[in-house]
Amino acid sequence: MVVAYSEFEAAQAANLVKIEYEPLSVINSLTDALRPNAPLIHDGLAFYSHVVEEIYPELGTNIAHRVKVRKGDMEQGWAKSEVVVEIQVSLPHSDHAAIETRSALVEIQQDGRVIVNSSSQGPFAVKKLMSTLFRLDMGKIIVKTGLVGGSFGAKTTAYPELLAYLASKAVGGRPVKITNAREEDLISSPGHIGMEATIKFGASKEGKIIAAEMLYLIDSGAYTDTSPTMAKAIAAACTGPYNIPYVTCDSLSVYTNRPYSTAFRGFGHGELTFAIERAVDKLAATFGVDPLELRVRNAIAPGDSSPTQEKLNVSSLGNVIECIQKIKTLIKWDNGRIIKSRKNLVRAKGLGCFWKTSSSPVNAISGAILMMNQDGTINLNCGVVELGQGTKTVLAQIAAEALQMEVDKIHVAMEVNTELCPEHWKTVASKSTYMAGSAILEAANELKREIKSIGAIVLRCPPEDLDVGDSRVYLRYDPSFYVEFKDIAHGYRYPNGNSIGGQIMGRGSYIMTRLSTLDQNTGYGKSGPGWVVGCQAVEVELDTRDYTYKIVRAATVLDVGKALNPKNVRCILRSGMAMGLSLASREALVFDNQGVVQNPQFRTYKMMRFGEQPEYLVELVETSQIDAPYGQRGVGEHGLIGMAAALANALSAATGVELNQLPLTPETIWKAVTGGSQ
Amino acid sequence: MILIDFEYYKPDTVQAAVELYQQLTIQAKQPLFYSGGTEIITLGRVGKLYTGAVIDIKGIPECNVLEIKNDQLIMGAGVSLTRLAEANLFPLLTESAGRIADHTSRGKITLGGNICGNFIYREAVLALLASDSIVTIASENGCRTVPIMEAFYERLQLAAGELLVQVATDATYLSLPHRGVKKTRMDRIGYPLVSMAALRINNRLQVAFSGVCAFPFRSLKLEHELNNDGSHETRIANALQHFPAPIVDDVEGTSAYRKFVLKNTLEDTLTHFEGV
Amino acid sequence: MLQMLGKGVIDLTVNGELRSVLAKPSDTLLTVLRTQLGLTGAKPGCENGDCGACTVLIDGWPIKACLTLAIEALGHEITTVEGLKDAPVQTAFIEQWGFQCGYCTSGFIMVCHALALIHPDATNEVLADWLQSNLCRCTSYEEIERAVRSIITT
Repeated sequence: MVVAYSEFEAAQAANLVKIEYEPLSVINSLTDALRPNAPLIHDGLAFYSHVVEEIYPELGTNIAHRVKVRKGDMEQGWAKSEVVVEIQVSLPHSDHAAIETRSALVEIQQDGRVIVNSSSQGPFAVKKLMSTLFRLDMGKIIVKTGLVGGSFGAKTTAYPELLAYLASKAVGGRPVKITNAREEDLISSPGHIGMEATIKFGASKEGKIIAAEMLYLIDSGAYTDTSPTMAKAIAAACTGPYNIPYVTCDSLSVYTNRPYSTAFRGFGHGELTFAIERAVDKLAATFGVDPLELRVRNAIAPGDSSPTQEKLNVSSLGNVIECIQKIKTLIKWDNGRIIKSRKNLVRAKGLGCFWKTSSSPVNAISGAILMMNQDGTINLNCGVVELGQGTKTVLAQIAAEALQMEVDKIHVAMEVNTELCPEHWKTVASKSTYMAGSAILEAANELKREIKSIGAIVLRCPPEDLDVGDSRVYLRYDPSFYVEFKDIAHGYRYPNGNSIGGQIMGRGSYIMTRLSTLDQNTGYGKSGPGWVVGCQAVEVELDTRDYTYKIVRAATVLDVGKALNPKNVRCILRSGMAMGLSLASREALVFDNQGVVQNPQFRTYKMMRFGEQPEYLVELVETSQIDAPYGQRGVGEHGLIGMAAALANALSAATGVELNQLPLTPETIWKAVTGGSQ
Repeated sequence: MILIDFEYYKPDTVQAAVELYQQLTIQAKQPLFYSGGTEIITLGRVGKLYTGAVIDIKGIPECNVLEIKNDQLIMGAGVSLTRLAEANLFPLLTESAGRIADHTSRGKITLGGNICGNFIYREAVLALLASDSIVTIASENGCRTVPIMEAFYERLQLAAGELLVQVATDATYLSLPHRGVKKTRMDRIGYPLVSMAALRINNRLQVAFSGVCAFPFRSLKLEHELNNDGSHETRIANALQHFPAPIVDDVEGTSAYRKFVLKNTLEDTLTHFEGV
Repeated sequence: MLQMLGKGVIDLTVNGELRSVLAKPSDTLLTVLRTQLGLTGAKPGCENGDCGACTVLIDGWPIKACLTLAIEALGHEITTVEGLKDAPVQTAFIEQWGFQCGYCTSGFIMVCHALALIHPDATNEVLADWLQSNLCRCTSYEEIERAVRSIITT
């Protein structure tokens, strides 16, 4: 690493560094990685310390981790199955491609305090990691994150922060900034996993899926980062939102010489949904049954158990069937799934039904502090990072609702500072509202108790007789007797000067409750607090002559529990759909046979642009998650999850050919349909 | 960030520009003429280009001309693609140069810069090849005017120190039946699989291609086949024999797929001109 | 003849003001605006002309500041997002929720602002053509489309 006073100087100096490379063999695919006697990318695997205890590397192989789900006696399951279908799918490495690349500025002060400015989804995780890696007191590491220019999982892992620290240390603690060029952000910093999966379903004559055998191979790239946790997430959700009694799943995190991967919006669920939904459509085709009806028939419901044998109820599981029924209307499914219009043009619809739970650490925490300003307005302080998802607004809404006051009177700190803010695990997993919102409700309750305690003295009544609202505390049975917040916010002063109270503050703390690790052999356990479910559909118009296609419309029905900010929910769901469609229709890192990325720029790594968007349709279902703030379920990732599946299902229907590989470009469709001949 | 340091000059005349080039060459500064500069900047930032001095031609009046004069459309090498498109004096050029990069970038990319650039596509040249245009090239020996079909072979054949000043197109070509097409892997913005500019004059098609081979070209033999009698299928199959180089295989598409797209493009083109 | 042989002072007209910057010939306008004038609205997203996050206006037309040398901007009117004061496009983006993280937003705003002034009657093709110059990874473009359509006349 070259450190200099300017980027230009650093680049000139870097050019002077002569490096001799000894080419090693390249593991350029999962197949290469898993071949018996394949060269080992990490031959020191046995000696690696484990950041998370439950990791099971398979020594002597390139398998970094394997998660097993074993539910029910598979022999029985296959015996009961009258129809069997099998499918293999694959999707390539791709990238988050947030428009702001990764960047960190680190300085080490004379007293040893390390100040980190970073565009990060996990400033607290950065703090903890730096403490462990560099043997620093946690209290001496201060990570500051302002507004983040998009992330989608990219900035959940520490990358430039660690390098910037080492660079700063090398120059006596002077501030050092590292900012990725776009090419570095695409190749050297972690991206989106590649994956291959094999799904085998056994079903009864009536179309009920009875047995499922699944193998998910995650191409993690050169390092694992969070891919073992993604393997776990995939395993926990491996069947998709279907009630399947006999399940065997192996979910592997595999090393290859590809760019390494990290969390990506959906955390493995978009990938597994692509595999499962293609298999469900294949099953429907085998039966000659409407694919929507088949999904309704198999939908998982309260009372059923998940693949990891978590018993599901109306609170922990959203309403899958209602989502499917609503998508039917929204996409006008009954108007015809495949319609041949003018010559060469075929319109077709495809479904993507999905579910997701989070895979946080079992002891993930969040917190919130509310402090009154002298004018009675409130400062809200928590550790959630604003990435553009509108979280600061929603959290303010929760505080405002709890305190029955105008949301404009809640002032949210936009910057997260790990020294001053309560810790929030990471701003990931669509769980920030759930976790921080719960903490805010607890903080609001404490705030109310303090308000009522002072109010009781001033109004000369028991605290139980008081209510809080409209920035005042008042007698419940005669609201004309009240005290304004501004008169007690920083203590109450009697006419003669005696003062009581102090600054009114409330504090709340949250920890994930009743989660468990998964049993190493059966996967038995509970990964997350609840399941968000939805059903999506895509309608395409395909030109059967040249295989170009237009995405006409994309629809989502999501069980959001409670839409705390309905307009924001719709924006976020549309945004997820857009990203899912962009990924599925064109995004892929392309490698030559030496594993070198051929398209490391936006010129050649293509994403959807203005004018290519379909008509977006969104409808919301609201069945409460009881332990969540106002019953809400997460939203941030979910617009993306079923899109690849829905697009592949629509195009497969349009072409009459199984399209099981992403991305779906006219060339890949042409190849699948014609075999590559003219 | 551009990884090299260079000097910047902005001469006011063609003569000053070509003389300056010679002087800077003698000083071993490896000068480059700089028009829109987008290629110099983007290659300079990844270390794929070296120069010690750039000579910005946008201060030279002849390079900024855009007018119809004496039955000719005169276009300066320094005119931006957006300026060309907004004036729309040559619709085929607007169509085929109008899908290069993206709209905002075309406000910086110039006619001369695109034609003389390093990237293999040079789509701005297609309409000029198809329309028998003429180029004016300056050197220390003065200016020469040459039909583009003589001066362009894979790229504009310029000796070191020569500057493309202007392009001229006979006004009769400007309103002929025409078709400009760009096919890509998937997106509206991107490098082409096939980029084509075609016009019909005296009942014969004149066609230029980019993206298919590693350079833009117009082949008279190919045109002969397209203009022949016979079914579309036969004419296209024969025309495909006259592509001057192997069909490109890259991240945008394999050569087999490009060939498929090309055939459809030719078919659509023949059909299009039969309808006008 | 204008020439710049090494680092020197250039006086650029930015947002209606004459501003002095110290630049090398090979410094881009983007670098100079951000690091010397504190005008960080224009953003680096690729520095290759592909994403449009660096878009400013030069003489009223959208130009990618990463594809422009600072010296090239001499004698022209440069407008950055900081030079817009409650322009219709800015109000439109707020009202129509035309952004999420905001990183690409100033680039889009400059393009939309220029489009509304130069082609207030833009057809769908012209609208798409102009706006395809910019990438947004957060939104679905639907909100941006609503915002820009609300300020053009078609």
